[in-house]
Amino acid sequence: MNASLTSKFIEVQGVDQTFKTAKGLFPALRGIDLTIAKGEFVALIGHSGCGKSTLLNLIAGLTTPTSGALLCANKETKGPGPERAVVFQNHSLLPWLTCFDNVYLAVERVFSRTESKAQLRQRTDAALALVGLTHAAQKRPGEISGGMKQRVGIARALSMEPQVLLMDEPFGALDALTRAKLQDELLEIVARTQSTVVMVTHDVDEAVLLSDKIVMMTNGPAATIGEVLRVDIPRPRSRVALAEDAVYLQCRKAVIDFLYTRQGHVEKVA
Amino acid sequence: MVSAVFHSPLDSSSPPAGHAAPSNATKTVADGAASAGATGQNGSKTGAAAPRRDWAALSRSFWMAVLPPACGLGLLIGLWAVVSATTGQSIPGPADTWQQAVSIFSDPFYRNGPNDQGVGWNVLASLERVAIGFGLAAVVGIPAGFVIGRFTFLSRMFNPLISLLRPVSPLAWLPIGLLVFKGANPAAIWTIFICSIWPMIINTAVGVQRVPQDYMNVARVLNLSEWKIATTILFPSVLPYMLTGVRLAVGTAWLVIVAAEMLTGGVGIGFWVWDEWNNLNVKNILIAIFVIGIVGLLLEYALVKLATAFTFEEVKS
Repeated sequence: MNASLTSKFIEVQGVDQTFKTAKGLFPALRGIDLTIAKGEFVALIGHSGCGKSTLLNLIAGLTTPTSGALLCANKETKGPGPERAVVFQNHSLLPWLTCFDNVYLAVERVFSRTESKAQLRQRTDAALALVGLTHAAQKRPGEISGGMKQRVGIARALSMEPQVLLMDEPFGALDALTRAKLQDELLEIVARTQSTVVMVTHDVDEAVLLSDKIVMMTNGPAATIGEVLRVDIPRPRSRVALAEDAVYLQCRKAVIDFLYTRQGHVEKVA
Repeated sequence: MVSAVFHSPLDSSSPPAGHAAPSNATKTVADGAASAGATGQNGSKTGAAAPRRDWAALSRSFWMAVLPPACGLGLLIGLWAVVSATTGQSIPGPADTWQQAVSIFSDPFYRNGPNDQGVGWNVLASLERVAIGFGLAAVVGIPAGFVIGRFTFLSRMFNPLISLLRPVSPLAWLPIGLLVFKGANPAAIWTIFICSIWPMIINTAVGVQRVPQDYMNVARVLNLSEWKIATTILFPSVLPYMLTGVRLAVGTAWLVIVAAEMLTGGVGIGFWVWDEWNNLNVKNILIAIFVIGIVGLLLEYALVKLATAFTFEEVKS
């Protein structure tokens, strides 16, 4: 793989997104330019309603931009596809399928042409084992906790061996302890799989702990990228050690400063 | 917020059928638990009295489950007896009707020619018509509902037609049935078909339109084929709506069959009612009313059970 593709794996070029609403046109995003390198972990952070999820959906191909272009591995994004797996905010598991079948659905779609059924089942088991849910494989989503559901969602995304993992506030609905545990698991998994990750979050600590680059967005309407912060903390990172790390604290302060001093609260603007 | 957009007159019919039943059940369970808790507290004070108190709580919840319905039934029979007495037995009383019912149900399956058959045959004949008419309606209506729900063009194309035809009393279609099929029995089935097809089309279409966007996003990210989307996402998620449609359709069909058979004659519970009216045998009419009610109740109960079994927890959004 050549150097330019490695450094510009995902490219967002001059993207505008305008929604038609009952009250007229609503400019959600304006003039977004962003490049993400292969294997990079990028966090999108901003106040609620600033269009973080809109940008993620654009990268996923679930929506098409009003103007501008999106490229993934030098190819224009024309729609969603299994090479860009999405972990949804509310896990979006199918409630009538067991955890195993939820993951199997994804595995089957991606690998059924080249692999046998036994191999597909093996992949599914491996994905569930990766998130520590082998014991819950035959349970339905209604029978397991919120954190477990989110882990199945992550297992489903990872099982497709995607080039990019897109996560929309994956831990937003969880309690603080479960969230911390899953963040640690995610760090480990990403280190092992060398995935490219784009994660939407509104949690400053989460962004600094997990990412190589934090993309801070200005308040909507017509939100854009306000600032991009590199997080130069070596990996593997440990939550406990980082609590007193100077670079960590500096990054954290920079993000908080951007969010609360310079962007203020959305409520005040609205 | 989003769900408010979808509010339509159909809403009243759309919550899955099972909901009423489980909430009732949990209430009785909660009642039982509350009283058990209360006796538990008392029990800790008195010690040895505890088991006896438990029995008291159990028998109380038993009576609360049995007594109110018994009172309702008693009220009905009481009023019936009063009406019967004040009209000088022109409407037979409960006791006479009961005796007649016992003699009728001691031999429900006799045949003395085409116009004199046991009540069992009449009920079965009506159920058969409902089953055929309803079955045909399901075969046509459910797939129609799927495509109408899935494609906006078809939905806009058929909505005016459905809105126009749905309010028409199914009996208005009976003469058309007689004209086209040249027979009483197919005409009655045709009437059942017409009245049961609307709830199935509408509920299936609404179910398809309300498949959560999250599930469809999963389908899009995975690039699932249209067939795979239909079998693994659309069908299971529409099933509760569809079963509500089925339940409404069977309910309406059972209402309509009585009226249709009164007009077409032959064998059937509706015909039986009309025949007994011509014989001025009011006791049998009253019995028929109970039989129609009980059969309807059983159909409803079975379909509610079926719907509960296929209703899964939704993703909270």
